[in-house]
Amino acid sequence: MSPDSPRDGARAPRPVRPRWAVLAERALEALIRLSGMSAILFVAAIFFFVLREAAPVLVKDEFSLTQFLFSTEWYPTSASNVRYGTLALTVGTLSVTALAMALAVPFGLGAAVYLSEFCAPRVRETLKVTIELLSAIPSVVWGFVGLTVMSRLIVSTTGAPVGVNVLNGGIILALMSVPVIVSIGEDALKAVPDSYREAGVALGATRWQLVYRVLLPAARNGLLAAVLLGVGRAVGETMAVLMATGHAVHIPGSLLDSVRTLTANIAAELGEAPAGSDHYRVLFLTGTLLFLITFAVNLTADFVIRGVRRK
Amino acid sequence: MTRVPRSRPLTFFSGLVAAGFLVSCGGGSGQQAKPANTVIQNKGSDTMVNVAQVWAEEYRKVAPDVEVEVSGGGSGVGIAALLKGAVDIANASRDIKPSESEQAAKNTGKQPLGFTVGFDALAVYVHKDNPLTEVTLEQLSDLYSEGGKTTRWSELGVQIPGVKDDTIVRVSRQSSSGTYEFFREHALGNKDFRLGSRDLNGSKEVVELVGSTLTAIGYSGMGYATGAVKMLKVAKAKGEPAVSPTVAGVHDKSYPLARSLHLYTLGEPQGAVKAYVDWILSDAGQKIVEDSGYVPVPPDVRPKP
Repeated sequence: MSPDSPRDGARAPRPVRPRWAVLAERALEALIRLSGMSAILFVAAIFFFVLREAAPVLVKDEFSLTQFLFSTEWYPTSASNVRYGTLALTVGTLSVTALAMALAVPFGLGAAVYLSEFCAPRVRETLKVTIELLSAIPSVVWGFVGLTVMSRLIVSTTGAPVGVNVLNGGIILALMSVPVIVSIGEDALKAVPDSYREAGVALGATRWQLVYRVLLPAARNGLLAAVLLGVGRAVGETMAVLMATGHAVHIPGSLLDSVRTLTANIAAELGEAPAGSDHYRVLFLTGTLLFLITFAVNLTADFVIRGVRRK
Repeated sequence: MTRVPRSRPLTFFSGLVAAGFLVSCGGGSGQQAKPANTVIQNKGSDTMVNVAQVWAEEYRKVAPDVEVEVSGGGSGVGIAALLKGAVDIANASRDIKPSESEQAAKNTGKQPLGFTVGFDALAVYVHKDNPLTEVTLEQLSDLYSEGGKTTRWSELGVQIPGVKDDTIVRVSRQSSSGTYEFFREHALGNKDFRLGSRDLNGSKEVVELVGSTLTAIGYSGMGYATGAVKMLKVAKAKGEPAVSPTVAGVHDKSYPLARSLHLYTLGEPQGAVKAYVDWILSDAGQKIVEDSGYVPVPPDVRPKP
């Protein structure tokens, strides 16, 4: 608090703050509350505006929501029979994300445990800086790596005809999400009070037992948050998957098939879709769908965490 | 023309024109360059609308007192406007019909005069080690279009050396691409593409992917050829001669996936219009044709100004 005038303080046992200080504090409180609330406001506003662009197509007779969600036929510019089915795109997004997480979660959490519990302070500092550097690499550079280096590597090791596919996109996305998982995961492990570690050691636990039985359960929420941020990064990533997945509207039968993701589809087509056309609106609807997918992922995670807490 | 009008660049361009107009009015006291005192009206083919806009913008730097107003709508729309005398130059990606020429003569007493300013040609690419040398439009349609049956190279009678799985890797373009629409119109007879092709985002990417994939086939502008790929000869139908995508094949229209891009004027162009057409056919104008992904007119066949 700002210092009051000294004579008031000298006379009264409890100093009365001047009116302006009280008002200023209230104003500051309101401002901070507003900043907090603005997160909700922004999310709601983004959702509203994306949906508003998409809404007119929803009421059109020739548009069918069932087709949009469950058909694999994506023919937005057909000369004879326009069809907007996004199932293949949704499956594309989910398959690439699932593969990325299967690779990134063990690596990311492993690295987080190593950084927080096992490595020497000097090594940790070097590693942390390097990992932060890794997360600063722009996605288009990752895409380029996927398109050139990774694609050739995949062709020569697996014998696949084309190197841009689910495997390529998954590996690139895993590399992009690992830094996020590592930094947040390490923070979560660091936040476990040292008294836990001391208690574990006092009971004669080995280092591995300490990690497995004490630290991982204690840091569960934080680690889950780390994984979720990784999923968010993978679902929302556009440029890298556009370049690395081969961009084929197709439900993948194997890791070596090309796919197209929802995000890549929007990026590739929105620029040329005439504003206000059905195609344009359906692309916004695809954006809404993406929004709902991430929302569902977050909500599920939230319930999982609450379930864990109740136990 | 069945192409979707590209409204965004148009809006952008008219925005620029409007902004330029506002600035020149607001400046008022003549700090600006000379106000535009000659306006050339230019309308027609949607295929050419992008290159026509670049011409118009670049020409402002050459001749600041001439303003070219470009709009699309399709070749037919452009020619119809020319016949009524509503525009100075019509852009067309097809030849003018005799009936249209007669109409023009009846309306205005002048014969439309065409200038070939470039070519729109697609090559069909395969890997350089693929033994296939020629393909018919029918085979392409069976390979690429929805309901087509061809999925393996052996079905085309092709044995690719050192390949076990000879599934054809179809390389295509994203659906908003003009190349995509041109191929759909001329090779597939406007049928839809079969899904599952790799839809790449650029002409160069198509050639790169085909060049690194033994079992791939793709289409792209003929200017994008590299040493790693082979351009197929294309025949209109079985039994007809297959033609290489060369400038000569493009010129005499024997190559099926090509067409000329024209400007039409009423009678011999005069004054500013003549200067503009001459400039388009000059090296500077033809460079823009090339940069826009089309085939420029070779210097020896350009009319001498």
